[in-house]
Amino acid sequence: MYKYDNYDQTIVDERVAQFRDQTERFLAGKLTEDEYRPLRLMNGLYVQRYAPMLRVAIPYGLVSSEQLRMLAHISRKYDKSYAHFSTRQNVQFNWPALETVPDILADLASVEMHAIQTSGNDIRNTTSDQFAGIAEDELEDPRPYCEIIRQWSTFHPEFSFLPRKFKIAVSGATNDRAAVKVHDIGLYLVKNDAGVVGFNVIVGGGLGRTPFIGPSIKPFLEKQHLLSYLEAILRVYNRFGRRDNMYRARIKILVNDLGKEEFTRQVEEEWSHIKDSVLKLDQKEIDRVKGFFTAPDYDVNAADDNSFEEAGKSNKAFSNWTKRNLFPHRVAGYKAVVVSLKAPDIPPGDATDEQMDHIAELADQYSYGEIVVTHDQNLVLPNVKQADLFSLWEKLSEKNLATANIGLLTDMICCPGLDFCALANAGSIPIAKQINEKFDDIDYLHDIGDIKIKMSGCMNACGHHHVGHIGILGVRKKDEEFYQLTLGGSAENDACLGDRLGPSVAKEEVAGVISKLLDVYVEQRQEDERFLDTYRRIGVTPFKDRVYPKKPVKEKAYASN
Amino acid sequence: MRVIKDKKISDDDWVVVRELEDSAPAPTGNAILPFSYWRANRDELLKQNTTHAVWIDGDIETEELSGDLQHFSMIALDFPAFKDGRSYSHARLLRDRYAYKGDLRAIGDVLRDQLFYMHRSGISSFLLAEDKDIEDALKGFQDFTVRYQAAADDAVPIYKLR
Repeated sequence: MYKYDNYDQTIVDERVAQFRDQTERFLAGKLTEDEYRPLRLMNGLYVQRYAPMLRVAIPYGLVSSEQLRMLAHISRKYDKSYAHFSTRQNVQFNWPALETVPDILADLASVEMHAIQTSGNDIRNTTSDQFAGIAEDELEDPRPYCEIIRQWSTFHPEFSFLPRKFKIAVSGATNDRAAVKVHDIGLYLVKNDAGVVGFNVIVGGGLGRTPFIGPSIKPFLEKQHLLSYLEAILRVYNRFGRRDNMYRARIKILVNDLGKEEFTRQVEEEWSHIKDSVLKLDQKEIDRVKGFFTAPDYDVNAADDNSFEEAGKSNKAFSNWTKRNLFPHRVAGYKAVVVSLKAPDIPPGDATDEQMDHIAELADQYSYGEIVVTHDQNLVLPNVKQADLFSLWEKLSEKNLATANIGLLTDMICCPGLDFCALANAGSIPIAKQINEKFDDIDYLHDIGDIKIKMSGCMNACGHHHVGHIGILGVRKKDEEFYQLTLGGSAENDACLGDRLGPSVAKEEVAGVISKLLDVYVEQRQEDERFLDTYRRIGVTPFKDRVYPKKPVKEKAYASN
Repeated sequence: MRVIKDKKISDDDWVVVRELEDSAPAPTGNAILPFSYWRANRDELLKQNTTHAVWIDGDIETEELSGDLQHFSMIALDFPAFKDGRSYSHARLLRDRYAYKGDLRAIGDVLRDQLFYMHRSGISSFLLAEDKDIEDALKGFQDFTVRYQAAADDAVPIYKLR
C-alpha cells in the first residue's frame, strides 16, 4: 500500500497543527460558529444529534493492521469503544468530545491517516473496488489512480469551496463493485481498440433527493490527462454549479440542466486550454505510485492444500461461511475473505475496539497485514491462503465476525439514522434489527440468496436506498416514522433506480412487507434467478398486489349498472 | 485602509465602490469600480488616460473583461460569503488563461483560514472582512509548507521533486 514520504507526512502534521489552532480559536470565541463550521467540516467533524461525529478518511478503503489498531485505540480512548464503517469506505466515531479532536487527528497522523476533506463542499475521499489488486475480472489496479487523485485533490486551492460535496470513484474491473455510476465523477479503467488502457469518464451520477445514473461524457481518456480532465470538469462545476439552493447544487443537477452534450462541450472547451499544462501526468509518476501496490510474495503451492473443502463437509456453519464470505482470488490457492460486520445483534457496519484489534491480528497472521473496507460496510482480508480458511473462520467466530451472510438479506446497507444523525426523519438501525429478528433462519436466507437491502433514514440517501434491490427510505408523517419501499434498484454495471412499491408502511410492518415480497419471489423465480432478476422479469405489479391487496369492489357499484 | 499585499501589511487608499449608478459621475481618487459601471462608461473612462480598477463577483464571467485587462491595474474579486468559491476559479483564469499581471484583490468575506487557498489561486492582496484582525490573518499563510498541486504560486506539482 501507499507509504507516506516526508512531504505527505508534513502535510498531515501541519494539518493537525492548523486544526488545533482553529479549534482553540473557536473555543476562545475568536471564530464564530459560522466561521468554524466549514473548517471543522473540512476535517470531517460534524455536530450531530447527541455529540460531534468525526469521520476519518480511509483512502479507497485500504487500511493496514497498524492503522486498524490505531482506530481501535482511538475508539477506546476518545469514544465509546466502537467505530462505524461507512458506505464510502471511511470510518466514523460517534462520540468524541470536540476538545479532543485535535489529539485524535495527531494520533491518526502518527499512522499516516487523517480526516482531511471527509466532509464539507470539497473533493471527498476517492472510493474504489474492495477487491482491487486481487479480483480475477480486473483490467488494472485502480488504487494508484485513486492515490494520484487523493494527492491532487488534497487542499486543492481552487476546489475547496465548491457548490456542494464532490465524490469520485474508480473501478478497474469488469464488474462494478464501487457504485461508479452514482458518483459525481465515476471512472472505469477501460481498454480502447488499440489495446491502450485509459478511463471511461462518467459525470453527474448521484443519489439523494434527485437521483441520477451518471452518463459517460468521455468514453476514452488517456491516463496522462486524468488530472487535467478532472480539473476541467471541476472548474466548469465550480463556476456554473448552482449555489442558491443546496438541494440543487450537486454536479448532477448542472449536467442534467445543461444536458449531457452541452456540459461535455463546456468541459472539452475548458480542457483544451489546460490539457498540455503542468497538469499532464508523467508516466514516471504513474509508475512510482503503482510501485506501492505490488502483489505480496504468494505461496506458489497454496493450491495444493484443499483441506478446507473437506472440513466444510462435516461442518455446516463453516460450509455456509465458505459459500457466502469468500471471493475468488486471481492467484490459485488464495481467497479474499469478507469479514461480516452484519451480525444480527449489532448495527450494520459497527465494530468494537476488541473486534478491530482482533481483525488486525488476523490480518497480520493471514493476509499480509492489509484490510479493506467495503462499500457494503464489511471488511475484507484480501489475501488468505485456502489452507488457513478454517482456522481463520474459527478465530473470526470467537468475536462474532463470521456471520455467513455476505450478499444475503441481512447484509444490509444502513445509515446511522435517527439514532445518531441530525438530518434523519426516521430510524434505520431499529429496522435493521427488526429484519434480523424476522429473518433469523440461515437456511432460508441462503435459499433466498443474493439480495441487496439498502436503507436510509431520510431522502439524503446515505444508505443508497435508490439502488437497493429492495430500498427502504424513512419518512415522517404526523411525527410518526414510516417507510417507503422501492424495488429493483442496482448500483452495479446495470445501475438503475428502484421503482416505488406503493404507499409508505408503518414502522412495525417493514419486515412483514419484506417477507411478502420474498414470498412472491420464491413463488415466481425460475432456476437461478436472483430476486432482482425475477423482479425485472415480472415487474412491480405482483409485488404490489401482494403487499397492498385490492379492496373487494363494493356491490353497490354493480347495482347501479 | 490596511490590506495584506505580498503577505505583508500595507496601507493603501483604494476604496471599493459597492454601488454606483451607470449615469453617476466617475468617482475621484483610487476607486475600485463595479464592473457594470466600467462597461457602461468605458469610453469616457478610457479618456482619463490612467489605469483603473474594477471589482467582479461570481456572476461576471472572466471572459467579459478579458479584452480590457490592459486598462486595469487592479481587479478585485468579491467573496460575498466565504463559501462562495467562484472567485477562486476567476483568479486562476485571470492569471493562467489571460496572463493578468496586475493586482488581484480579494474583497468581501475574506477570512484568515481561506487566505492560503486564495493566495495559491493567484490572489495577491487581501482586504479582510470587517472586524477581522489583520495581524492574526497573516498567520494564515504559514499553515502549510508543502503543497501537492502546481498553482499560481508553485510552478510544478510536488511529485516532480520526489
